[in-house]
Amino acid sequence: MTENTTFTHGIDFSALDRGTRTLRLASEQPCIEVKGLNLYYGEKQALKDINMVIPRNRVTAFIGPSGCGKSTLLRCFNRMNDLVDGVRIEGAVTLDGQNIFSKSVNVADLRRRVGMVFQKPNPFPKSIYENVAYGLRIQGINDRRTLDEVVERSLRSAALWDEVKDRLHDSALGLSGGQQQRLVIARAIAIEPEVLLLDEPASALDPISTLKIEELVYELKSAYSIVIVTHNLQQAARVSDYTAFMYMGSLVEYGDTSTLFTKPRKKQTEDYITGRYG
Amino acid sequence: MREWFKSGAPWIWLNAGAVAVSLVMVLGVLWLTAIRGLGHFWPAALVETTYTQDGDTIRLVGEIHEKSSVPAQTLRDAGHDIPGDRPTVTRYLIKVGNRDLFGTDFQRVLEPLLGELRYPAELVAVERREWGNLYGYLLAVKENGAVVAEGEAAWPELQRRLQRAHALHEQIHQLEKKDIGAINYAMERLRLRERRMELAHELDPASLEEIAMERQALQADYERLQQGLASLYEQAGRDSFVTEVADGQRIEVPLMKVVRAYRPNAMGLLAKTGFYAEKLWEFVSEDPREANTEGGIFPAIFGTVMMVLIMSVLVTPFGVIAAVYLREYAKQGPLTRLIRISVNNLAGVPSIVYGVFGLGFFVYFLGGNIDRMFFPEALPAPTFGTPGILWSSLTLALLTVPVVIVATEEGLARVPRAIREGSLALGATKAETLWRTVLPIASPAMMTGLILAIARAAGEVAPLMLVGVVKLAPALPVDGFAPFVHLDRKFMHLGFHIYDVGFQSPNVKAARPLVYATALLLVCIIMLLNFAAIYLRNRLREKYRLMES
Repeated sequence: MTENTTFTHGIDFSALDRGTRTLRLASEQPCIEVKGLNLYYGEKQALKDINMVIPRNRVTAFIGPSGCGKSTLLRCFNRMNDLVDGVRIEGAVTLDGQNIFSKSVNVADLRRRVGMVFQKPNPFPKSIYENVAYGLRIQGINDRRTLDEVVERSLRSAALWDEVKDRLHDSALGLSGGQQQRLVIARAIAIEPEVLLLDEPASALDPISTLKIEELVYELKSAYSIVIVTHNLQQAARVSDYTAFMYMGSLVEYGDTSTLFTKPRKKQTEDYITGRYG
Repeated sequence: MREWFKSGAPWIWLNAGAVAVSLVMVLGVLWLTAIRGLGHFWPAALVETTYTQDGDTIRLVGEIHEKSSVPAQTLRDAGHDIPGDRPTVTRYLIKVGNRDLFGTDFQRVLEPLLGELRYPAELVAVERREWGNLYGYLLAVKENGAVVAEGEAAWPELQRRLQRAHALHEQIHQLEKKDIGAINYAMERLRLRERRMELAHELDPASLEEIAMERQALQADYERLQQGLASLYEQAGRDSFVTEVADGQRIEVPLMKVVRAYRPNAMGLLAKTGFYAEKLWEFVSEDPREANTEGGIFPAIFGTVMMVLIMSVLVTPFGVIAAVYLREYAKQGPLTRLIRISVNNLAGVPSIVYGVFGLGFFVYFLGGNIDRMFFPEALPAPTFGTPGILWSSLTLALLTVPVVIVATEEGLARVPRAIREGSLALGATKAETLWRTVLPIASPAMMTGLILAIARAAGEVAPLMLVGVVKLAPALPVDGFAPFVHLDRKFMHLGFHIYDVGFQSPNVKAARPLVYATALLLVCIIMLLNFAAIYLRNRLREKYRLMES
């Protein structure tokens, strides 16, 4: 196959040419390592022998058709799957070298280090301020000045401060969908996690809000390792440094985003990104 | 026609009709109780007439209480001499009062045998502390047996002196209830202290002497108060008035025995309205008199509200905790299903069964053990081992806890998964998530449960008769003596009051309007409690309103 020819199919990959830096997975610092991960919902196997390394301070995107297991994999990283009845997990996921499934790991501590944003905005029925301060209050931090500071910093980081600074104590439910999603991101980064998991964060939003979220993800990359699940290939192409393509519970192909989108090694990947199925 | 059936319109009509009928019935019941109950306090006109029966003519004075139409033939068959040939005869029930003289408050009379009905303005109705109303003509007012006013001058003089008598009565009441009551209470405390020391073998001569000293001081106080009381009684007994009643007897009534005297036929609309307001206020704010058939029902209102409030305080945490365990922590399986079924069935157990259970478990077992452990000095007289307001509230809490559990469980089930995950993802533990997020969101549902519980508990009477309600409680469960709230005391309850006044009192006929008034008040109080809870729930709903998605 020749380079840069037929695979683009109308997808604008100009965003991929961000500067001239070259990305190579092997030279990245590892953040999360997945080793031989199998996951079963009862009898049904949802993840099949996943092995991968999520790099530090990069954006990694999971793509693939619905039901391929990308969200399930994401939810392994902060052990959200613990909440599902009948789940069985084999293998290991290590965060900074420590297996997060080991008995000595405190799940609440793990989730403080691995923040998560869900598909639908899920602000608590509290004020904007209290939503952002929630994680800190859980940790027993109730000092007014610390909270004020963190709330402002987080909202600024989430590019929401200017829109809500005059109504911090109004209900968060009065915000628009896009604002709510950024609020939820602010809430997640208020507790300064190392990793931020985004589970289709823009799928319920309008195009402008989506753009804002994508810009935000790009901004946040310097401080956090970000893993984003998305249905939207353009989005994956725009925001991510590395992309993993999953299919039927298996990791089919994983590499730097521009290579995966322009020169996929596997036939399945090629079919998917050219829109032959999915 | 078939088309019309298919369209579903008949079902809509059927449902709407059912709703309308229910509404009409509820409003009808309220209207009936309101008319019957509230009309009682209006000063009725006093009628004077003659009645001829078997050749005797007597004078009748009283209020027309009831009017009914009776077939004349029935009366003739019963031996009454009904002149003329009309098919029906009006029968009056006249409240003649003066129960101490005539033996009964009421007299049935037939309209054809009555003389002319007259309404003389001078007729006086006297509400007494005993023996019900007195109707008659005021002849004179006396002081220490000597006439001070007669004829026209007697009425203003009576009113003036009545005020003085009331002030004295108030003083006597104050002295008996508060001051002497406090001494009795202190005496009882002293006795219990002595007994406690005796039981603990700590009774030495020094403490014995101390107790004896205190007792002496109390005794001295008591004697001083008793003297004051005696002099007050003497003063109060000074005034009296003389009246002529229907059959011509002249009787002398001490003013101390009079609650109020009024001349309904001489009263204008304004005066009657004022009188009505006064009577209504007395009804809701005063203690009952004369075996509950007169006076107010304040202790019953107080007891009902307090019992419901204590029950709410008990049932809410208990029900919520149980629901949280069942919904959030318990492993969902056959066992939890069985527990749920049991809880639901508990709501269907007849309330008297709860009463029996409460008596056996709470009163005799729990209360008995509490007495043995904490109040051995009072034994054999029970402290908590006897029906009381705490046990009543607990029994009703048990009765209503299924409602709260079911409502709370539903509320918990409705909290979106996304919200829980959002909290967990921020590093909150399950308990923190529950406490900070899930329970607040479910709080309107808990309030719904509490509203249903209150509605059920406030109207419940049967179990209370076994575990704490009495016809007449000597003291409210809250008073000025430490520890101020006496949960061991028996109390009065509006529901039981209705039963007692309407069906157990010696003078059922006179008390019947009071039954309506009490029922109306009970309905009002339940509505008030409900509205308060509903208001609270709506505030919570507004606060924790989730996105419509």
